[in-house]
Amino acid sequence: MDLKALFKHESTRRKALVQGYVVPEPARCVQCGICSYNCPINIDVRSHAWQGIPVKDSHCLTCGECVARCPRGVLRFESVHLFQPQINKQTGD
Amino acid sequence: MRRYVMIGSGVASIAASEAIRRVDPTGEILMIGDEVHGYYSRPGLAYYLTGELAEQHLFPFGDPDYRKLNIHRMQARVTRIYPEQHSLRLENGATLLYDRLLIAVGAEAQMVNLPGMKLDGVVKLDNLDDARCIIRQARRGRTAVVVGGGITALEIVEGLISRRVKTHYFLRGDRYWSNVLDETESRIVEQRLVEDCVKLHFHTELEEILGSNGHVVGVRTKDGRKIPCDMVAIAIGIRPRKELAEASGIQVERGILVSETMQSSAPDVFSAGDIAQVYDPVSGKSVLDSLWGPAREQGTAAGMNMAGITSVYRKIIPFNVTRLATLTTTIIGTVGRGEDEDVVGIVRGDSESWRQLPDAIAAQADFDVNRLRVLVGKDTLLGAIVMGDQTLSRPLQRLITEQADITPIRQQLVQPRAPLVDVLADFWSQWQVGHALRTRE
Repeated sequence: MDLKALFKHESTRRKALVQGYVVPEPARCVQCGICSYNCPINIDVRSHAWQGIPVKDSHCLTCGECVARCPRGVLRFESVHLFQPQINKQTGD
Repeated sequence: MRRYVMIGSGVASIAASEAIRRVDPTGEILMIGDEVHGYYSRPGLAYYLTGELAEQHLFPFGDPDYRKLNIHRMQARVTRIYPEQHSLRLENGATLLYDRLLIAVGAEAQMVNLPGMKLDGVVKLDNLDDARCIIRQARRGRTAVVVGGGITALEIVEGLISRRVKTHYFLRGDRYWSNVLDETESRIVEQRLVEDCVKLHFHTELEEILGSNGHVVGVRTKDGRKIPCDMVAIAIGIRPRKELAEASGIQVERGILVSETMQSSAPDVFSAGDIAQVYDPVSGKSVLDSLWGPAREQGTAAGMNMAGITSVYRKIIPFNVTRLATLTTTIIGTVGRGEDEDVVGIVRGDSESWRQLPDAIAAQADFDVNRLRVLVGKDTLLGAIVMGDQTLSRPLQRLITEQADITPIRQQLVQPRAPLVDVLADFWSQWQVGHALRTRE
């Protein structure tokens, strides 16, 4: 990997780190626990998946271990659009 | 104060208890189960067998979770229900009263009646104790014979090969899971098993399990071959545990027949999960599922109705994401038909709806080990199988579940050698935008 690619990779990773969180899809989850088992800081990701709530734990490293290990594709990263303008429901603008 | 009694301690009972608590914070919930380990992830046993998961992580609920829901647990076996008296009898002779009852006792492995079935070394994969038993016996250098079909048989095969056990897999027919997978998909799975050093035996049926000093030492096949082995695993399917309901005069067919509100033929008696035979509006038949998702949904609907809030369970298009010979595979909607000689009824992680394929055109694309097959109906997609790369798994699940109108791409899909992935990916992007706009309206 050349230096430029390395920086690009690092910047993509950091972007995911600050702008993303792990979102579960409960209908796919069978509560096997592989996500929680592989979380390096012991966040109970499985419980989030059961309740259908994103992992917004401030300790989450967004390392992606749970997303990658889940054998059923329950988890994915989703961006947090902190500064996205609100869409006007009436006009659609 | 209402007393809710759940028979069974699986996901359907847990979901029903949660639903009840949302409506009735004070009623008494009593969960009676004969499973010594209580509630754990049955699908997780596959990953426990391969060593990807430690045993203690199979349990999603701890004592604080039960306390939070104020669920009282009792390990016991119910021998009879008296719907007229709203009571039930336990194996120890005690009688309990209930106001609302849920029967969610699940299903159990079908066993075959063969000489040698009682020998030490004959295993199945029904529960945690079975998984422990397999792990205890699956030591490097040993040899095992696996008989059966569907997901469970492969879960056992994968568990054994990950523990360096030499594995023979017997198939009665000429290919694996023939009423759900098509021939190419079966061959992909079989090829991967062969690469993992599994010895496949087609057209092979077990005649007898041979033993010595109470232990398995080999098997004899119907065509007279003898194969020495230390273990024999049976996974020919499951059957709902319907004896209790049957003996108590509750209407049963292959499982307990329930209405859209999960109510059985007996007043105030509900059922959910693998035991419940649920009306499927798509096929017009009452079908069995052995899937975690529907069991949870049914439990939730049953719980709401038990607590007095009418809640109709709409059977969702069944889907499962599983691993077949280490290849992640999504199965959605109706994808096959007919019988599979290796399976009696259904297996775990299975749905009867998958094999009720009406007239449809199959469009398919293969790339190395990745494969995509979609069943194209008149103006919707009826089913799909995604093997390997799972990029289209979620989009197809949505498009099939929400019965998206595929008229704009139908002609493209049914063309020979159509660029299926590109066509579907483009359509998905457009459909999502349209769907978002429709939702906003």
